[in-house]
Amino acid sequence: MAELLKVEGLETHFQTREGVIHAVNGVSFNLKEGETLGIVGESGCGKSVSMMSMLRLIPSPPGKVVAGKALFEGNDLLTMTDESIRNIRGAKISVVFQDPMTSFNPVLTIGDQVSEPYRVHHQAGKKEALERAVKYLDLVGIPNARERLNDYPHQFSGGMRQRAMIAMGLICEPQILIADEPTTALDVTIQAQIIELVKRLRDELGMAIIWITHDLGIIAGLADRVNVMYGGYIIETAPVKDIYKNPQHPYTIGLLGSLPRMDETGYRRLTSIDGLPPILLEKPAYCPFEPRCHYAKERCRKENPGLMQVEGDGHFTACWVNPKTGKEY
Amino acid sequence: MTEKQVLLQVENLYKHFPIKKGIIFSKQTGSVHAVDGISFNIYNGETLGLVGESGCGKSTTGRTILQLYRPTSGSVIFDGEDLAKLKGENLRRKRRDLQMIFQDPYASLNPRMTVGQIIGEPMEIHGTYKGAAQSKRVQELLQLVGLNGAFANRYPHEFSGGQRQRIGVARALALEPKLIVCDEPISALDVSIQAQVVNLLEDLQSTLGLTYLFIAHDLSMVRHISDRVAVMYLGIIVELADRNELYSNPRHPYTQALLSAVPFPDPFVEEKRKRIILEGDVPSPVNPPSGCRFRTRCQYAKEICAEEKPAFREIAKDHFVACHFDIS
Repeated sequence: MAELLKVEGLETHFQTREGVIHAVNGVSFNLKEGETLGIVGESGCGKSVSMMSMLRLIPSPPGKVVAGKALFEGNDLLTMTDESIRNIRGAKISVVFQDPMTSFNPVLTIGDQVSEPYRVHHQAGKKEALERAVKYLDLVGIPNARERLNDYPHQFSGGMRQRAMIAMGLICEPQILIADEPTTALDVTIQAQIIELVKRLRDELGMAIIWITHDLGIIAGLADRVNVMYGGYIIETAPVKDIYKNPQHPYTIGLLGSLPRMDETGYRRLTSIDGLPPILLEKPAYCPFEPRCHYAKERCRKENPGLMQVEGDGHFTACWVNPKTGKEY
Repeated sequence: MTEKQVLLQVENLYKHFPIKKGIIFSKQTGSVHAVDGISFNIYNGETLGLVGESGCGKSTTGRTILQLYRPTSGSVIFDGEDLAKLKGENLRRKRRDLQMIFQDPYASLNPRMTVGQIIGEPMEIHGTYKGAAQSKRVQELLQLVGLNGAFANRYPHEFSGGQRQRIGVARALALEPKLIVCDEPISALDVSIQAQVVNLLEDLQSTLGLTYLFIAHDLSMVRHISDRVAVMYLGIIVELADRNELYSNPRHPYTQALLSAVPFPDPFVEEKRKRIILEGDVPSPVNPPSGCRFRTRCQYAKEICAEEKPAFREIAKDHFVACHFDIS
């Protein structure tokens, strides 16, 4: 499959009163056509910021993308003109945000908001755009979509609002849909509805998806490939089955161990990861996970490991130590 | 567990919140049926998990048990006394034995009080420890929850979410309670920190012999920590059973759907799983469906479900289900 997006060495800083926060410290990854990429990590690890940096949606100041490239169809999203990126955002790459309660404008109707990307990008008339909105609201399973065009967001439930957000993201048939924790605010039964919906739409429309989440459960059934992020770095990337069956980075191992499983019989104490995620007031000179790592060695305190290939095709990890043997590679 | 002793007995508990209209001549136009007739026991030393989706009444249940909301009707019998009938000084004295850990560690600690004052306040109110003895006790409690005793002079903003939740736990422990209601104590925390807090709660339970009512919407975490689990839907308990029994042999259609909706952190399992996808949303608790609450979303619903409320019956030993049919 052809490469759709190629991100290289992305770095983002935020100016704060305490100093410069190094939120993203050199993120590189590729996305193929039709691929579903999961990005996993805890709050503050840079997963949303790296995506928003790529689309130039970081408020500046205080944020600033200081290095890197993001090539989409051969053009760098970070250096193109404002007008060019406006033509891509919402049309070829669209974003579904986390909070369905606050992402809609409360004083505009659902129909207006869902059809807006189409009006803007296709210079379509209001009527035509609304027709299209009906089609996509239907597609995401809003009952009586036509009658509900004139509803305001408060008349929709949380699950319906998130569906409408997805319809808005899809209305221009993007090549990439970035879903930023779209189900975090929803209940499990509604979450299951949304995930089934996204899977179906992906297969029907053939778009690529980047799904940002902190929930390793959601990704397991959805993604082709997973990037695990920590401290502004991608610390492990692998095909989805390899990540779960054969995690290589101590952080990934810890994350999986701290999740209780519903099929467990008997009792297992959860393995917690001691300590706290780092506050990145400077770019880490050594491994950012070292202070919390059980496997840490001398070298981990001196050098920051880059992504290295380990066993298995396309399985990379940023760690000096092989967790199976406890020794350095 | 040898002989199970009932610590808390909830019987036919109702909590309705009035909906009022008008400003000067306000009159009640309806009510939110937040908790609508639930009964269960909590045994000494166990953890009872209470799960359900948002708005199903699980937090209201917790708060009504502690008399933070006074019940509309029904009784909450703790240690042989009905808390719903207690008032004033008697109730205040009883509250020593019943404590709560709140969901949001950012909102549940007063930002203008030091950690020492926060943990010391319950002792101040109940007069258990004073002066130097109180400071010493605060230090002990901080160490008990895995924090440095010297933190007593700091303010909440200096701590991370997980550490704040530990402070909340220390405050709940200050009066050596018997029962702690944990209202979504980990849902605001990151995954790796959640495990830390859950492990802490388990350790405290085994050293101090605590009893927990653990309210959460994360079904896998509830399975991990609980001995028995109750599932709530729209103000009623639809199923209550032993932990392993409930997760391996769910008998209520809602429990079945809920369990099938939980994503599994394993791509091999996910590949083969069949999901029961529920249609639509939870109905409004202002005007709940007649008969069985779940019938509007239930794939097995028949006429009888609209006409009659299903009884909460024991279908196997210690396994209670509120459904007209036997679905397994």
